[in-house]
Amino acid sequence: MPEPRRGRLKIFMGYAAGVGKTYQMLEEARQLKKQGADVVVGYFEPHGRKDTIAKTEGLEIVPRRVIDYRGSVFEEMDTAAILARDPQVCLVDEYPHTNVPGSGRVKRWEDVQALLDAGVNVLTTMNIQHLESLNDQVCQITGVRVRETVPDWVVQQADEVVMVDLTPRALLHRLERGVVYSREKAERAIENFFRESTLVALRELALRETAYEVERRSSDADGAQGERAIARDAGKRHKILVLVTAEPSTAVAIRRARRVGDFLDAECFAVAVEPAGDSTQALEADRVAIEKHLNFARHLHIETRVLAGNDVAAALVDFARRNQVTQIFLANPRERPWTSLFSRTLVERIVGIAKDMQIVVVSERQPATGRRDSR
Amino acid sequence: MAREMRRKTPEEYLREAQAAEAGLRKGHLKIVLGYASGAGKSFRMLDEARRRRERGQDVVVGAVQPSVPPEVAALLEKLEVVPLKNVGSGVAIDVETLIRRRPAVCFIDGLAYDNPPGLRNATRWQDVKDLMEAGIKVIASVNIQYVAELRERAEAITGKRVKETVPVSFIRSADEIEVVDAPAEEPGERSAEQELDASQREQKLSRLRELALVLAADVVDHQLSDYLERHNITQRFGAQERILVCLTPRSNAREMIETGRTIAGKFHGELIVAYVSQAQVSPHDQAALEERLAIAREAGARIEILDGEDPVESILEFARSQGITQLFIGHSQRLGLWSRLWGNPVEKLIRRSPGMDVRVFPQ
Repeated sequence: MPEPRRGRLKIFMGYAAGVGKTYQMLEEARQLKKQGADVVVGYFEPHGRKDTIAKTEGLEIVPRRVIDYRGSVFEEMDTAAILARDPQVCLVDEYPHTNVPGSGRVKRWEDVQALLDAGVNVLTTMNIQHLESLNDQVCQITGVRVRETVPDWVVQQADEVVMVDLTPRALLHRLERGVVYSREKAERAIENFFRESTLVALRELALRETAYEVERRSSDADGAQGERAIARDAGKRHKILVLVTAEPSTAVAIRRARRVGDFLDAECFAVAVEPAGDSTQALEADRVAIEKHLNFARHLHIETRVLAGNDVAAALVDFARRNQVTQIFLANPRERPWTSLFSRTLVERIVGIAKDMQIVVVSERQPATGRRDSR
Repeated sequence: MAREMRRKTPEEYLREAQAAEAGLRKGHLKIVLGYASGAGKSFRMLDEARRRRERGQDVVVGAVQPSVPPEVAALLEKLEVVPLKNVGSGVAIDVETLIRRRPAVCFIDGLAYDNPPGLRNATRWQDVKDLMEAGIKVIASVNIQYVAELRERAEAITGKRVKETVPVSFIRSADEIEVVDAPAEEPGERSAEQELDASQREQKLSRLRELALVLAADVVDHQLSDYLERHNITQRFGAQERILVCLTPRSNAREMIETGRTIAGKFHGELIVAYVSQAQVSPHDQAALEERLAIAREAGARIEILDGEDPVESILEFARSQGITQLFIGHSQRLGLWSRLWGNPVEKLIRRSPGMDVRVFPQ
């Protein structure tokens, strides 16, 4: 049997709940259906919004799958049922959603991958704050560390990203009228996430990100690939290396390296340096932290390497030179009263010896006050 | 941020929103920015008019496009329209009637029109200013290729010449801006030739979309800085990448500025080149510096000369005040006397620049 042609993916990007992503996605689904396309709703989050619910009328909805987890009942998208139904177009709300354990796949975007692989075209929605490489900036803006993120490549693979825009004032007004959430929930939301300055900043982030996504696609299509090949031949293409250590801010450096690498169309590697010979020398806690950071890098599609050497700075810079690296990304260690001396001198040593390339020292972003954790 | 929270309660937000809605604030303007005709801008805007009317607001349409698709015509039937008036061989907004009618909100679909000769204002956007002066809230639409300052870039993309434009300053003065970013996609089966045509069209539209999104982001960024200033908030959000290249007479300026330009361009960010003025500069260093600043100017950077006893301190203070996200420095910052007095400036800058990336360049 021939492989089905991969489905097209379109993302409706917003900057907060209530800007109208689902509404616009449903509107497009209705248009497609009117033009004769076979459209189903795979997953739809009504949030009790009347206007949005009305938009689903006349659209076929694939029933959700009911999952029992620790005595509670959850509902998730029934990917198997959608695949069996085999529609032309499937609507999947909330791309970054994490499935309840026992659903098969961990993330909804993985379910979407399965649909695309089977040749189903997918329309989906997400907010900018769930993009992995913006996690630190979002924390800086909102004071909230968003846990439910999607790796950037999962968004970049989309055939199209469209911005669903609404002014923050109109959004706050919608919130006040109880269109977005129930009254009580709305009041809480305004105190937390829905501050005007926060919304304005998130919106700016979303506009710039969408502009970048649009630019990437149009330059991919109109021969920038040729330009890229030329740049590569001329040896002008950047190669980014990020150092992985146990330092907690390493995650920030990895995100930043990924983001800058994507924007510069550069190759990206991550390396950790382990003591040569006796590996028990390293603290168990450090080894676990390094392993976690390496996994995180791989999750963002960054190739990883573990080098052996007792001098971290020398091993790193030597590897960089041998591999024609042009930029090294390092985490600026957190200011702490203890242990920071080693990390501090490590950064200074690398800066001191790698004078033939660019060194980027990445600092943690300082979040707005009122930091909370969020899914 | 904490201060801001205390300053404003949800009730205050509500009052502010209502005041804005009621058009009580003089000169309130909302711009609906599109990237091409047929992208659904008219429908989106007039649908907002319908919703406002259904919520009981006094809404009037003051200008419609010369020809409208059926779904827009259907919306217009539900709305009160003050038709354009004929003046000689042209048309213009009927400013007098609109001001006499005094609606809470007036919708203007199509902002980029010149008025026929003989009227008080030469252009429609100036008429809109008059409506705002009269206390009417205006919601007006415009396409990106009619923004005067972007005209040349848009023309290079579309190959079409546009005569009537709106200055970007007017768009920046808007209280609110909204982008209609409809899909640049045409469904259906196509022949190979049609496929190529369509893909070229999509290319053009994509570049216009990009221009529109970036302009909207810039307007939003201005609004954000205004807001922060008004509320005395020093917190910076880093929603836009701002790159500060620090020059010395001996730094490898070309690579630093070139990298800064590339990154600022890719991120749609801002590029600033700064130099800390020093008391005793040899004529040779002065000439070298002038040359470097010329490169910066050519790259379209904003140039700042900083003053201060301690160069590291001056750079950091400036960077913080500007919300810099990436600081570019050269290894050669190590000026003899400076270094002896203040320690290694590269290390100091790395240590003392939280919330930024510091990029150190080879000599």
